[in-house]
Amino acid sequence: MITMKINGVEVKAEEGWTVLETAKFYGLEIPTLCHHEGLTPYGACRLCLVEIGEGPRAKLVSSCTYPAEEGLVVHTDTKRVVQARRMMIELMLSVAPYSKVIQDLASRFGVTRMRFKIRNEECILCGLCVRMCEEQMDGKAIGFQNRGYQRKISTPFDIRSEECRLCGGCIYICPACQLRCQGPQAETAICNACLTMEPTCLDFYDELQCWMYDAGRCGTCVREKKA
Amino acid sequence: MSVHPTINLDSLQEIVERHGYNKNKLIAILQDIQAVYHYLPAEALKTLSRLLKIPLIDIISVATFYRAFSLTPKGRHVATVCMGTACHVRGAPKILEEFERQLNIRRGETTEDGEWSLETVACLGCCAIGPVVVVDGDYHAHTSIRKVPTILGKYRK
Repeated sequence: MITMKINGVEVKAEEGWTVLETAKFYGLEIPTLCHHEGLTPYGACRLCLVEIGEGPRAKLVSSCTYPAEEGLVVHTDTKRVVQARRMMIELMLSVAPYSKVIQDLASRFGVTRMRFKIRNEECILCGLCVRMCEEQMDGKAIGFQNRGYQRKISTPFDIRSEECRLCGGCIYICPACQLRCQGPQAETAICNACLTMEPTCLDFYDELQCWMYDAGRCGTCVREKKA
Repeated sequence: MSVHPTINLDSLQEIVERHGYNKNKLIAILQDIQAVYHYLPAEALKTLSRLLKIPLIDIISVATFYRAFSLTPKGRHVATVCMGTACHVRGAPKILEEFERQLNIRRGETTEDGEWSLETVACLGCCAIGPVVVVDGDYHAHTSIRKVPTILGKYRK
């Protein structure tokens, strides 16, 4: 058993746990995007950043790859951590503005502006699909290619791979492939419809009549009436 | 018309054997393959993946990561123009343009007859003799636009 401190509370972690697993075990919420149970941690999205150490020597590390250590002091929600997370969301928004997962993250963390040029590459290079293909599907059909700003995920020679069995695991796990909901600000780079909670329908409906509510999408009129 | 030797799988086997079927020597093996064909042919990489028991995508990842490897056929001669800061201020962009004009290709391309490839490099580390142009490993120091035809002529038959 490893004893460490998270947000000032003494917690116990088992040998081999990461900081993220320990925090999750104690019910502390750390946002993640490139982390998935059953896949090796990769530390690509940097959303799970936490501050370790104290005072001027405190530093930001990705909790999904940082092993729990004896006497470690972790803070999961300092100003520095939140700012870094928001910046990461902003950067991811600029490369994949049509992703529902990232738009939802933006709303959840109050990211209301996006100061970067929209590149719309529809991929944030989180590597989930690559790991899914290799570790769970035993395929090894896709991988990273090139480097720097040209880095991309593709099959060898950009043609259908002989190893690919069309299982669809890569699409299932992709956070950028799920298209965002067609809310009131569907055309802008940043949606934030979940923050404003403005009803998009002209009339107010109840739960049974609103098909959007059933689909788990908008439903703002129903929720507003309930409140 | 192709100037490249046809892909001979026996020579590939020989290269891999020389490195003892060692997965860790992938880069060295790729370099040896490139030395034979002047690029990395798709067929050779597929065979290599079988011989070394490495997934093809891992070989592609390495081959696309390094600028030294090329997946597209290269010309018999490769002219590399240094575009580093020191060479740049001494007129490397103009020299590159002159190469593009003379060879009638753009940077990163190969002429149709397969004789010439034109490349750029960020810095060669020999800034004192800039602007530098490297052709097939020979360094040409203090190049200028007027010297371009002379350099090309040396390698043309």
